[in-house]
Amino acid sequence: MAFDKTEVEKVAQLARLHISHTEKDEVTGRITDILALIDQMQSVDTDAVAPLAHPLDITQRLREDDVTESNRRDELQQLAPEVDEGLYLVPKVIE
Amino acid sequence: MEWEAVIGLEVHVSLSTNTKLFSGTASIFGAEPNTEANIFDLAMPGTLPVLNKEALRMAVKFGLAIDAEIGKRSVFDRKNYFYPDLPKGYQVTQLDFPTVGKGSLTISLEDGSERHIGVTRAHIEENAGKSLHEDFHGMSGIDLNRSGEPLLEIVSEPEIRNAKEAVAYLKKLHAIVRYLDISDAIMAQGSMRCDVNVSIRSKGSTELGTRTELKNINSFRFVEKAINSEIQRQQDVLEDGGTVIQETRRYDAERDTSSPMRSKEFANDYRYFPEPDLLPVEIDDTYIEAIRATLPELPDAKSARFVSEYGLSDYDAGVLTATREMAEYFETVARSSGDAKMAANWVTGDLQAALNKNNWDLAESPIQAERLARLIQRIKDDTISGKIGKTVFEAMLEDGSDVDQIIESRGLKQVTDSGAIESLVDEVITNHPEQVQQFRDGKEAVLGFLVGQAMKLSQGKANPGQVNQLLREKMQ
Repeated sequence: MAFDKTEVEKVAQLARLHISHTEKDEVTGRITDILALIDQMQSVDTDAVAPLAHPLDITQRLREDDVTESNRRDELQQLAPEVDEGLYLVPKVIE
Repeated sequence: MEWEAVIGLEVHVSLSTNTKLFSGTASIFGAEPNTEANIFDLAMPGTLPVLNKEALRMAVKFGLAIDAEIGKRSVFDRKNYFYPDLPKGYQVTQLDFPTVGKGSLTISLEDGSERHIGVTRAHIEENAGKSLHEDFHGMSGIDLNRSGEPLLEIVSEPEIRNAKEAVAYLKKLHAIVRYLDISDAIMAQGSMRCDVNVSIRSKGSTELGTRTELKNINSFRFVEKAINSEIQRQQDVLEDGGTVIQETRRYDAERDTSSPMRSKEFANDYRYFPEPDLLPVEIDDTYIEAIRATLPELPDAKSARFVSEYGLSDYDAGVLTATREMAEYFETVARSSGDAKMAANWVTGDLQAALNKNNWDLAESPIQAERLARLIQRIKDDTISGKIGKTVFEAMLEDGSDVDQIIESRGLKQVTDSGAIESLVDEVITNHPEQVQQFRDGKEAVLGFLVGQAMKLSQGKANPGQVNQLLREKMQ
């Protein structure tokens, strides 16, 4: 399966990655190589194999529903570039 | 052409856990901004999620309540998108292996018929924070209190055919999650949210039309209005020869219209993949059965029992089981007063009217169940008449004192003393010779008038049965 430059641009946009014009050819080639490997893997007959959701053969531990964190807003907001009335301020988002 | 709508609902309910889905930060509605947002919730590097036991239990409980398949192995996935109220850059949700699989619930329609609506799945996911776009000197304010709060997203099959069915479905879900005590499900506060998928097709067709998604609907009434307005819009588009575009639209309740939301670029390409920071969650039959044992009596079962045990109509039973609080209130009144039918009449009638008029929740009512039961007892034991009962009820809304005290202090006790009634009857006979003659001439209907006069004289306090009997005897 080939991967063209437009698709690289789209994926980069989705991931908010900046890829310079000169890098695009190289990245396109590398992704195409990875997809070739995936094609190769997909040619293996896996009908009898259940899909693997996680490589480790262990399961999730659960947490009691108890509050273990305290309010550290003042301390945490010192890390933020700008805050107002307890809110973190970010460049205006318009939906 | 005759059109038919195909509607599916995606309902999010906030699970009422003490803490967030993956962190031990408190998760209580209405806290000061960002006081419930700690290092994990802010996506600080190096923090890792640990699943809240209660959130899982609540999801399974919901699944059992709608007879759903329970996923014995559920897997969390990342849904990737960038938005400032989502600090991690992804939402943790369940894509292929949700905790709750296919189930169904029953809705009752206005004509008394019932329909089963399929639930495709219900998955556990984390909420995003809240963006405030008011003026913060040209910036947006972010409150992450909600970030990481546990949600259950309940997805219906596209089996709903009109706005009324959609509301019935939503109300049933609301009742179920509240009966289960897993969510407050208050639409106005966002602890129950509803997105609606609507498409239309020519009636009888089996193909699906292009659907739109409506967001921003925050009350049961608006769900109905929004759906009707969207069905009409799609009809207009198609009948004008246009095509419906697949898009997300924001409903504006004030203007009763919707408009397309400026879609996030490639918004539907979320590039899901299994969340590597969480392991698959496995549960066994012992775990599931232990939760099943905690299921309360659910609205449908309770309603059926009210019909068989108390002889209520299907309608009254439905009204009285709409919320768990109302059902408990009714049962207390029925049991303490010993008269279920009167209890049902008072609760669905005068009490409901008083709640509506004053905009009270049941819990805020100055007349709690035991007081109402006492009032009914006083009507049953003839201390007061049914009519005076209404006066006492009104007084009880204002006056928190004991029912007997209210009756006593306001002199509302029914007059059953035959001497007192006799003098009332004599007075009526003296004052209305014409009507008395008519009665003696065989005009039975006049009796009602004369009883009415006697009741009026007694200011409603005479026992109408005794008045009736005595009048007859005296006029023979």
